[in-house]
Amino acid sequence: MAVMTMREALNQAMREEMTRDESVFLLGEEVGAYQGAYKITQGLLAQFGEWRVRDTPIAEEAIAGVAVGAAFIGLRPIAEMMTFNFSILALDQIVNHAAKYRYMSGGQIKCPMVMRGPSGAAAQVAAQHSQALESWYAHIPGLVVVMPSTPKDAKGLLKSAIRDDNPVIFMENEVLYNLKGEVPEEEFHIPLGLADVKRAGKDVTIVAWSRSVVTSLAAADLLAKDGIEAEVVDPRTLRPLDEDLIFDSVRKTNRCVVVEEGWRYAGFGAEIADRVQLNCFDDLDAPVVRVTAADVPMPYAKTLETAYLPQPDRVVDAVHKVLYR
Amino acid sequence: MAITKVVLAKLSPTMEEGVIVKWTKKEGDPVKVGDVLAEIETDKANMEMEALGAGVLRKILVPAGGKAPIGALIGVIANAGDDIAPLLAAASAPAPKPAASSPVAVPAPTPAPVAAPAAPAAPASAHVALPGVAVVPPALAATEAGRVKASPLARSIAARENIPLSAVAGSGPGGRIVKRDVEGYAPSTAAGPVAKAPAAGGSHAVVPFPTVPAGQELPVSNMRKTIARRLAESKFTAPHFYVTVEIDMDGAVALREQILKVENVKVSFNDLVLKACAKALTRFPMVNASWLGDKIATHGEVSIGVAVSVPDGLITPVVRNADRKSIVEISREVKDLAGRARDKKLRPDEYVGSTFTVSNLGMFDVSEFTAIINPPESAILAVGAVQRVPVVSGDEIRPGYRMKVTLSSDHRVVDGALAAQFLAEVRRLLESPISLFV
Repeated sequence: MAVMTMREALNQAMREEMTRDESVFLLGEEVGAYQGAYKITQGLLAQFGEWRVRDTPIAEEAIAGVAVGAAFIGLRPIAEMMTFNFSILALDQIVNHAAKYRYMSGGQIKCPMVMRGPSGAAAQVAAQHSQALESWYAHIPGLVVVMPSTPKDAKGLLKSAIRDDNPVIFMENEVLYNLKGEVPEEEFHIPLGLADVKRAGKDVTIVAWSRSVVTSLAAADLLAKDGIEAEVVDPRTLRPLDEDLIFDSVRKTNRCVVVEEGWRYAGFGAEIADRVQLNCFDDLDAPVVRVTAADVPMPYAKTLETAYLPQPDRVVDAVHKVLYR
Repeated sequence: MAITKVVLAKLSPTMEEGVIVKWTKKEGDPVKVGDVLAEIETDKANMEMEALGAGVLRKILVPAGGKAPIGALIGVIANAGDDIAPLLAAASAPAPKPAASSPVAVPAPTPAPVAAPAAPAAPASAHVALPGVAVVPPALAATEAGRVKASPLARSIAARENIPLSAVAGSGPGGRIVKRDVEGYAPSTAAGPVAKAPAAGGSHAVVPFPTVPAGQELPVSNMRKTIARRLAESKFTAPHFYVTVEIDMDGAVALREQILKVENVKVSFNDLVLKACAKALTRFPMVNASWLGDKIATHGEVSIGVAVSVPDGLITPVVRNADRKSIVEISREVKDLAGRARDKKLRPDEYVGSTFTVSNLGMFDVSEFTAIINPPESAILAVGAVQRVPVVSGDEIRPGYRMKVTLSSDHRVVDGALAAQFLAEVRRLLESPISLFV
C-alpha cells in the first residue's frame, strides 16, 4: 500500500485510465496550463498533450454540452467543474441530455461521461461557493452520483466511473483533498453502487458520505469514550444506493442517524430515512434522526460556518437521542 | 385520531358532584397528557384535574363556576381537525334514563364503562388523595389514556416473547416503551425465586443525595406543591397525637432468615410490618377509617400505602388488600412498586386509594420518628430501624433485636386507648410472627 492524499489518488486514477484508453479525455477551466484550480490535474497536460487535456472558456454549459456530445459519439470525457456550485449553469445539459438520451433513444445512445470537481463547503467561501448539491443530482433518474470519503475510495471509484457507460456525477470535497490514506499500488476498482462500513459497531448506525464520514468517525471516537459503539456506514454512491448494507447494519443496531452536509429540507438523508423506516420498521427502537446543515444560505463568518455544518458534537447528540440517553 | 373526553373525576371518597373553580386551559390551547386542565372543588378540597389525552382543548362544556356530577362530560380534547360534533350532540342530549328506549343508538354521555383490569372496582371506601402528583381516578386512566406507545422493535420483541406491553413501563420520550424496557421485563407475579436481593434494611432503597445548589431560589415542582398542600392541610386540620412502642424483633429476624433459607426469598422487615399492620387493621376498623366532618367512614378494604422517597419528594404506592396477601406477595409487590415509583412509572391507580400508610426510615438507622397522617386516612405508622441492643431478660442482660414504631393518629377518629390497643396487636403479631400466617 502507498500512502497518498486524495488529490494524488484522483490524479492517478485519471492518469491510469487515460493511459489505458485513448478515448478518455479531460476538459474544463484551468485543467491544462494551470494544472487545475485545485491541482487535481497536475502533470496531465504534459503527459497527454492538448488534444486530450483541453482548457475551456469560463462557460459551464458549454463544457457540459461538449462532454455530452463527445460521449454520444463514443468518447469518454471527464469534465471538471471548478466547483459544483458552477455546475448549476450546466444543469440543462446534465438533466435534459446526459441523463435522458439512453432512455429516450431506446438504448441506442449512451453517455459515458464523468463530471467531477469539489462540492460542499471549504473555508469561508460563503453562500454561493459552499453548497452541497448531491441531493439535486441524486434526484435525477439516469445519473450515477458518487461521493468518496477516502483516497482509496476516490481512486477506485473514479476509475470505475470513467469506465461506466452512464453519466457519472463525481463529487469530491475540497476539505478532503489533503486527506491522506492507504491506496493499493496494484490495479484496482471499487464498483459503483457498493457501500462500505468505515467503522464497525453494535449500538447505532451512522450513515454518512464524503466529508460527513470524517465528522461521523470523530463522533464515533467521542461516543466510544462513553462505551457507545457506533457503526459508520458510507454509501459512497448515492445513486444507485446500496441500501442492503444500510439495512443490515440497522437491523443489527436498531438505531439510525444520518449525517449530511446538505440542507435538511428534501435532503438526501431523507431518502435514506425513508428507506430505513420502510424496510426496517420492526427493527427500529427509535425514529431515524438526521444531522444536517442549517436551513439557511452558508454564512461567511467563521463561527457561523461552524455552527451551520454538522459537527461531531451534534452527531453525538443525535446518537444520544436515538439511544434515549 | 384520538378524541379524549374530559370527564369530571371522582376526587374524594364522598364526592358526588364538583364545582369547576377554574379552567387552567382555554378552548384552543394545546394540551399534553398530564397537563393540569382545571381546578375542581370537591366536598373536601380544591383538586387539580389532569388531561388524560393529548391534542387541543376543543370544547369546554361546563364553564368556571359551573357544577357537574361525577362522570359528566365537561370538555373535549381532540386534534384540530377531528369532528367532535357527534360527541357534543350526544352530550347535549337529555340524560338517558335507564329504561328509556331511544330509537337511535346515541352514545351515553355519562361515564365510559370501567374496564380497568388492574384496578379493583371502586368500593365504597375507595378514596384518593395521596401526597403524590395530582390525582387521577384509576378507571379513567385505564380506559381513556389511549394506546400504548412502543417502538416498533419493542413491539416485535414483546410479540415474540409474549410480553404484555400494557404491563411494561416505558422509559422513552412520552413514556414510549423501547427495547431496554422489554428486555428488562420480568413479570412481578412470576413464580420462582427472586434473583435480586432487596435493598438492605427496608423496602425502599436509599436514594443518592441530590446535589442542590446553595443560596438559590428553586422552582417548586408539582409534586412538591402537592406535598406542601396536602401535608399542611393534614397537620393543621387533623389533631395529631403519637404513641410509640418498642417491639422485640428476635422472632421476626429468625422468620426472615427462615423465609430466605426455605423459600429463597429475601423479604424486608418493612414487608413484615406491612403484613402485621394489615392484619391488625382488620381487627381495628376504626384505625382504617376517615373523618368526613359529620360522620366517620370505615373502609371495607385494607390497602396500605408505602412511602417511597423519590428524587423530588415522595410518593406512596399502594398495596391493595394487603390483609389478603402473603408476606412474599407483599414483598414482591412493594419491590416492583417502589422501583417504578423511583422511575416515575407508576400508574395513577397505583398510588391512590390507600387506607393506612407505613413510612420507614430504618435504612437510615433512625431509631424513631413521627410521621404526618396521609389524608384522608386516620393514622400512619413511622417505623425505625431494627437495632441490636442490650435487653433485660430475667435478671440478665443479653443482646436482642428491637424496633420502635410510632403511630400518628387523628384524634377526631382514633383515641389514645385505641391507638395503644392497635399497636399492641401489631407488636403481638411481630413478636409471634407465626400469627402472621394464620
